[in-house]
Amino acid sequence: MLGSENMSFFKKLKEKISKSTDTVTEKFKDGLSKTRDSFSGKVNDLVARYRKVDEDFFEELEEILIQADVGFDTVMKLIDELKMEVKRRNIQDPQEVQSVISEKLVEIYDAGEGQSAKLNIQEEGLTVILFVGVNGVGKTTTIGKLGHKFKSEGKKVLMAAGDTFRAGAIEQLEVWGERVGVDVIKQAEGSDPAAVMFDAIQAAKSRKADILLCDTAGRLQNKVNLMKELEKVKRVIEREIPGAPHEVILVLDATTGQNALIQAKTFKEATNVSGIVLSKLDGTAKGGIVLAIRNELKIPVKFVGLGEKMDDLQEFDAEKYVYGLFADQVDKTD
Amino acid sequence: MAFEGLADRLQNTIQKIRGKGKVSEADVKEMMREVRLALLEADVNFKVVKDFVKKVSERAVGQEVLQSLTPGQQIIKIVNEELTALMGGEQSIIAASNRPPTVIMMVGLQGAGKTTTTGKLSLLLRKKYNRSPLLVAADIYRPAAIKQLQTLGKQLDMPVFSLGDQVSPVEIAKQAIAKAKEEHHDYVLIDTAGRLHVDETLMDELKDIKELTKPDEIFLVVDAMTGQDAVNVAQSFNEQLGLTGVVLTKLDGDTRGGAALSIRAVTQTPIKFVGLGEKMDALEPFHPERMASRILGMGDVLTLIEKAQANVDEQKAKELEQKMRTATFTLDDFLEQLGQVRNLGPLDELLKMMPGANKIKGLNNLQIDEKQIGHVEAIIRSMTMAEKNNPEILNAKRKNRIAKGSGRSVTEVNRLLKQFEDMKKMMKQMTGMQQKGKKKGGFKFPFKPF
Ligand SMILES: Nc1nc2c(ncn2[C@@H]2O[C@H](COP(=O)(O)OP(=O)(O)OP(=O)(O)O)[C@@H](O)[C@H]2O)c(=O)[nH]1
Ligand SMILES: Nc1nc2c(ncn2[C@@H]2O[C@H](COP(=O)(O)OP(=O)(O)OP(=O)(O)O)[C@@H](O)[C@H]2O)c(=O)[nH]1
Ligand SMILES: [Mg+2]
Ligand SMILES: [Mg+2]
Repeated sequence: MLGSENMSFFKKLKEKISKSTDTVTEKFKDGLSKTRDSFSGKVNDLVARYRKVDEDFFEELEEILIQADVGFDTVMKLIDELKMEVKRRNIQDPQEVQSVISEKLVEIYDAGEGQSAKLNIQEEGLTVILFVGVNGVGKTTTIGKLGHKFKSEGKKVLMAAGDTFRAGAIEQLEVWGERVGVDVIKQAEGSDPAAVMFDAIQAAKSRKADILLCDTAGRLQNKVNLMKELEKVKRVIEREIPGAPHEVILVLDATTGQNALIQAKTFKEATNVSGIVLSKLDGTAKGGIVLAIRNELKIPVKFVGLGEKMDDLQEFDAEKYVYGLFADQVDKTD
Repeated sequence: MAFEGLADRLQNTIQKIRGKGKVSEADVKEMMREVRLALLEADVNFKVVKDFVKKVSERAVGQEVLQSLTPGQQIIKIVNEELTALMGGEQSIIAASNRPPTVIMMVGLQGAGKTTTTGKLSLLLRKKYNRSPLLVAADIYRPAAIKQLQTLGKQLDMPVFSLGDQVSPVEIAKQAIAKAKEEHHDYVLIDTAGRLHVDETLMDELKDIKELTKPDEIFLVVDAMTGQDAVNVAQSFNEQLGLTGVVLTKLDGDTRGGAALSIRAVTQTPIKFVGLGEKMDALEPFHPERMASRILGMGDVLTLIEKAQANVDEQKAKELEQKMRTATFTLDDFLEQLGQVRNLGPLDELLKMMPGANKIKGLNNLQIDEKQIGHVEAIIRSMTMAEKNNPEILNAKRKNRIAKGSGRSVTEVNRLLKQFEDMKKMMKQMTGMQQKGKKKGGFKFPFKPF
């Protein structure tokens, strides 16, 4: 009975995806092909090799998930649930377990339900989005990409050069501004980032901008002073516009391992992160950390970065993501 | 979410064994499971972990552990030794060509820290080796990459060679070397663009630069926070380019840095330097034994000791150590120590180097917030000598008085006392382990209290 439910889930998923034949899906699939090949390939391989669902089977499955950078706790949780499910349904055939695995993965994603992947954009007036994260993850690039997205939706966009510390950071944002046709509000290198934000908000107000994208310097989450500085930046925004920042986006590098969880936790504590952008998913890193973060911190992933160009940003869609991981299996349900 | 170190992890098993007095193979297996988990949580690649655990098991199942009275420590000792061995010796030497200029190529994934490390290396070459490097801006792709290197060059007063972003990186490298010869620069540091190891076009570009410039060093710059994928990245760059060294950046964070082990294991290439900050002087030689304790979650105590030695009165430190050993450390000593700790610099940096510190929640906050240290000092100062030496005598009435005297709440007084007790317990554990370790044929335990 449950088996058929599961089939319908994949059928549904497949229908949904084949219907959206737009380039977005293609791009997403392309970007994830590496992930998909290695991950689902391994799962298939595993299933094919085992004739019985036993301890060894689970151990190997555990290893596959760990290799995908899924947090260890999440893996254990998943394996435990799988074991229970297998026992409950009296599953003997590894082939069947494969469906349960997919089911559980989707379930974990859905645990963060209620938080939409959509950005909280104000109907009226200015929307302020603050970008935070550790060094080199892709904050500035993501701002460039999002600036492009909003611009092409016909919105009036401004960018704030809040990284006054790193060499060339202001110029980097300016190049992005030029590229996508958006003005950048800046001060000299070394000036107070909170003051830059103050300026930018005034500029955004007087120019009646729809969106203000605020860049900040990369900082490691264990640098207390730098985290305090970030809190201050956020406070200035809050003070100038009630309800702002409307989104605080934490950018995470998909190649990062277990530390990404601590990053998410610490940045959430300091700035009340409302969403995540998972960058560099076009590499071979599995991005499995998303599971752990959804599961443990309930922060939704809003976008994924799939390259260095301005349109290499896609909205995160849990179903598509799982589809990406299990494409081979979905194809089999034909 | 703070990860447990190996010592903490082994605690349970050790407790069990202690009762039995004898260690079975099953116990060893259980301990190996903990070793495995500790390494996985530290982001060591799972395959590397597998090989490693196998090796350690073989040693452990032998009589060494089974006959030992302190199996937990023996396991930690073996793990630590094997880890350190795997990571190789200290090799922070930089090649010097006998036909200058010596060419160093910096390669790696996007955002790893290549440009920053290029600047840092040039400073090291000038300061420590009295060399005259030329920096080469060969990243024509990333927005303002050239500007970034030029800004660093200006900060360091280091020459930067650039041909803008319309000339191919290969051509830039070629002309840079000619320029270096002409102007008698003995080192040429080529900052290349970040790229994915699976990006064939861009990897070919690196091969072309290599072909043309015949670099003496090719350094792979890797983010210390990298997860399981580190092996793929390192292996691929190594196979395609033949690396001569690795630089591990952002180690000033709180990552365990298991990637170091993975990279070393798959490439057999030495990790030469580590990046410990964004500033240009934050580059240090790689210390395998420190990295080993860090991966095991034992804290980077050696660095802490070095820092402390540079700042703390030697005599006082000795006294303190003695007190810790004999567990006669009082609140008064604590007060004095707080004063010294303040002199050590940013507290958060220090804290993360302390073994077990992440386990003591309250202590965490207490140490990090400078204002709170002031509060703690005020509370201790409001105690009588008898109370400081013997906090057990603190009843409700005394606590009330102390709270009033220091302008803090009774809750805060209680919290401090609790923290102090936790800290003492931690010290006891540490010194206990160390002394037992000493008795057992004189092995040096990976950490030493201060
Ligand atoms: N392949 C790939 N590269 C990316 C992606 N996003 C960003 N990058 C690259 O990663 C590098 C760092 O990106 P930045 O945007 O400068 O990162 P940042 O977080 O602003 O860095 P700091 O301000 O220095 O902390 C650049 O080379 C980007 O081109 C992505 O989705 N895929
Ligand atoms: N905390 C810390 N930050 C570092 C360290 N090394 C580099 N960074 C920071 O990491 C970010 C990326 O460094 P870059 O030098 O621009 O990295 P890159 O590899 O040149 O990046 P691309 O050229 O875009 O591939 C910057 O914010 C640097 O300041 C380090 O050791 N510690
Ligand atoms: Mg930036
Ligand atoms: Mg660079």
